[in-house]
Amino acid sequence: MALNIESDHNRFRKIVKGKIRENLRKFIKHSDMLGKKGKDIVSIPLPQIELPRFKHNPQKSGGVGQGDGDVGTPIGQGEDGQQGKGKAGNQPGVHIMEVELTIDELAEILGEELQLPRIQPRGKHKIESLRTRYRSIARVGPESLRHFKRTYKEALKRQIASGIYSLDNPVIIPIKEDIRYKSGKPMRTLESNAVIFYIMDISGSMGDEQKDIVRIESFWIDAWLRRHYPGLETRYIVHDIQAREVDREAFFSLRESGGTMISSAYLLLSDILEKSYPVDEWNIYAFHFSDGENWGDDDNKLCVETLSNRILNRINLFCYGQVASHYGEGDFIKVLEEHFKDTENISLSFIENRDAIYDSIKTFLGKGR
Amino acid sequence: MALPKNLEDIRVRIEEYARNAGLDFFEVIFEILPWEEINMLAAYGGFPNRYPHWRFGMEYEELSKGYSYGLQRIYEMVINNDPCYAYLLDSNKEVDQKLVMAHVYAHCDFFKNNVYFAHTNRKMMDETANHATRIKKYIERYGIDTVEQFIDVCLSLDNLIDIHSPYIKRPHYSSKVEETTPKQKKFPVKKEYMSHFINPDTYEEKVEQKKIEPEKELKKVTYPIRDILLFLIQNAPLKEWQQDVMSIIREEAYYFAPQAQTKIMNEGWATFWHSRIMTRMALRDDELIDYADHHSGTVAIQPGGFNPYKIGLELFRDIEDRWNKGKFGREYEECEDMTRKRNWDLKLGLGLKKVFEVRRLYNDITFIDEFMTEEFAMRNKLFTYAYNEENNQYEIKSREFAEIKRQLLFMLTNNGNPIIDLIDDSFGNRQELLLKHQYEEVELHYEWAKETLRNLYFVWKRPVNLWTVFKGRGTLLSFDGKDFSEKAYSEPE
Repeated sequence: MALNIESDHNRFRKIVKGKIRENLRKFIKHSDMLGKKGKDIVSIPLPQIELPRFKHNPQKSGGVGQGDGDVGTPIGQGEDGQQGKGKAGNQPGVHIMEVELTIDELAEILGEELQLPRIQPRGKHKIESLRTRYRSIARVGPESLRHFKRTYKEALKRQIASGIYSLDNPVIIPIKEDIRYKSGKPMRTLESNAVIFYIMDISGSMGDEQKDIVRIESFWIDAWLRRHYPGLETRYIVHDIQAREVDREAFFSLRESGGTMISSAYLLLSDILEKSYPVDEWNIYAFHFSDGENWGDDDNKLCVETLSNRILNRINLFCYGQVASHYGEGDFIKVLEEHFKDTENISLSFIENRDAIYDSIKTFLGKGR
Repeated sequence: MALPKNLEDIRVRIEEYARNAGLDFFEVIFEILPWEEINMLAAYGGFPNRYPHWRFGMEYEELSKGYSYGLQRIYEMVINNDPCYAYLLDSNKEVDQKLVMAHVYAHCDFFKNNVYFAHTNRKMMDETANHATRIKKYIERYGIDTVEQFIDVCLSLDNLIDIHSPYIKRPHYSSKVEETTPKQKKFPVKKEYMSHFINPDTYEEKVEQKKIEPEKELKKVTYPIRDILLFLIQNAPLKEWQQDVMSIIREEAYYFAPQAQTKIMNEGWATFWHSRIMTRMALRDDELIDYADHHSGTVAIQPGGFNPYKIGLELFRDIEDRWNKGKFGREYEECEDMTRKRNWDLKLGLGLKKVFEVRRLYNDITFIDEFMTEEFAMRNKLFTYAYNEENNQYEIKSREFAEIKRQLLFMLTNNGNPIIDLIDDSFGNRQELLLKHQYEEVELHYEWAKETLRNLYFVWKRPVNLWTVFKGRGTLLSFDGKDFSEKAYSEPE
């Protein structure tokens, strides 16, 4: 049966993606999708798309149900949303539709909505990935890889050659020697290489909310960059007055009290860069999140020096996000602003709360580097 | 795919059982399909050929998800058509297929004999395919976006029809949509002497008039108009293809209306018969558990839910029992001895005769109104619920029988849609539409009403007004193409 559902389904998906785009700001600040990757599927709850009609307001109309319970027993949750609709024969309440998208699709929508430019990777020759492609033919192989057309051809050739073939009764019967199989060969493909450094200030002033903001923002940055660099590496650095490299888990859970010396992290970063990431082979990104309360002017000076001499010349993009915290805001962002006003590969943003994540991502990635 | 041999044998047997039981149906063509295809068909309302529209895609996605999460599956689907088409799920067990076939034959009997289906198109399979062809033609011509957007508009208005019109002859209906090129639109005229000024004759008309005298009178419109869709098709400034699209939507709305009008009865009837045929005739001993499992799934009540299968089934059984025992009529009603009433049995044996009569003549409203008794409501633990603003919850409101019945009948009236009439098409002498909501203590969904007005404007192209009650006061909601306005307004006549 030939049905057209596919085209109708595609049109529906298109509408849904449009809806998601409209509400992207809202979805971005939720943390429930964190921890998913590229092909993973996330469910996004959307109010069911329904055509408006003259309808009764379900909150005013009520209905009839069956079952136990005294007068006053709750039987269903109402919703504040406008889309509520209770049908005879159904439970009351709102119809929520779970739309499933892969993180890749979501990142694509993010890119379109934020108008993020495509990134031109550099050093596109270094990494080789091996992938098996079925490109040749073999005489032996598993039945599941049998190549029908080739097999048929071989049998036809043999039958014609041996004179068995007749035009009136063109039956082709393959024998064992005719059978051909698809055969795989590993293929080398070149990919460009990229690494992201996430650097976070874990001094006492960075609370849970601040970390959540960092976590959400880094998730979306990851999702977007991963679309451009399949083999993306991520490394995590935390610092208070000292810096050290940690794993992802620790990155988001560690919490220290005490002072802040940002320079420690920058020095560590530049050491790692010089040791393991040659400039012409790697696309390097660094994202630093802090509340901007640094230990005095001397350290600020050291930071600026390290950045301009040892980091910015090797890196695609350096981003500094200053997260507002309970203890007021620091002035580190101002220091950077002053010194790097005209530098292209540095990007600064002030993240006041969750709602600001959206614009911060846009500031960071909008440069397309 | 047609039925394989073993199922065909079963089908022949079930059909014979059904006929012997007195069911009278169209020929039923069964097809057995994998779940993907069942879901596709279900998304299209059972018709393999529907016009392209995104909402079918949405239905499909919902159904597929429900199936793959194991939340729901469609065992069967049956189409009101002559011959009837029925689809079976290929992964059903044999006993499920038996049950489903019995169920389908009963549905088909209902389609054929219930008076509310008498006016439905029995060649709807062909008709929807025609609709699809016509709409595809327009899509090719005008582009999918334009056409789909207009379909959206039409669908948004498709409950503005008169679901009773096929049974009540109303004077102003000429339900035939003009198929030929529509003449230039005539503006409605209230005073006869103005006619020449409001609608000056075109050249063609002048020529025509010279040939045939006297002039045909302009069609007199009497208000209120319930079938607003028809009014729009005939009077709104639509392009020819738009008229056609709208008439397609209207026709399909009328085709599906009786199914909504008889949901409880139809499902109840089919369940009544599958249970009877299975338990009395078709069931093998070793299939009993599976049958019981499936059947109880069909009639299960989710806490707080309302299952039309269950209510319909119980009502039919109640009717059968009451008419078998003679538990009706004045003597029974007025009997005050409860013991005597409970053991009442005149051995009339009229049960089956009565249920057949009921399936022919009733719809859900009359069915519930006449046969749902207080004992029945108590036995089935019916209640009404209402929304409580304080804690944002729906709560059980009442177990009073009168209240339950009132609520049920309200939900069923006009298929649950608010009753809205067109009462003036030159409101304020400015060619504006005035719609009136027959307010029955339940307000409209405000946001949706606004969006629907916007769509109505899109069709009428002049300001549109709706009188209704919001927040307890009579309100005139207007849309003039740009802005909504809302003002207190006394109820128009």
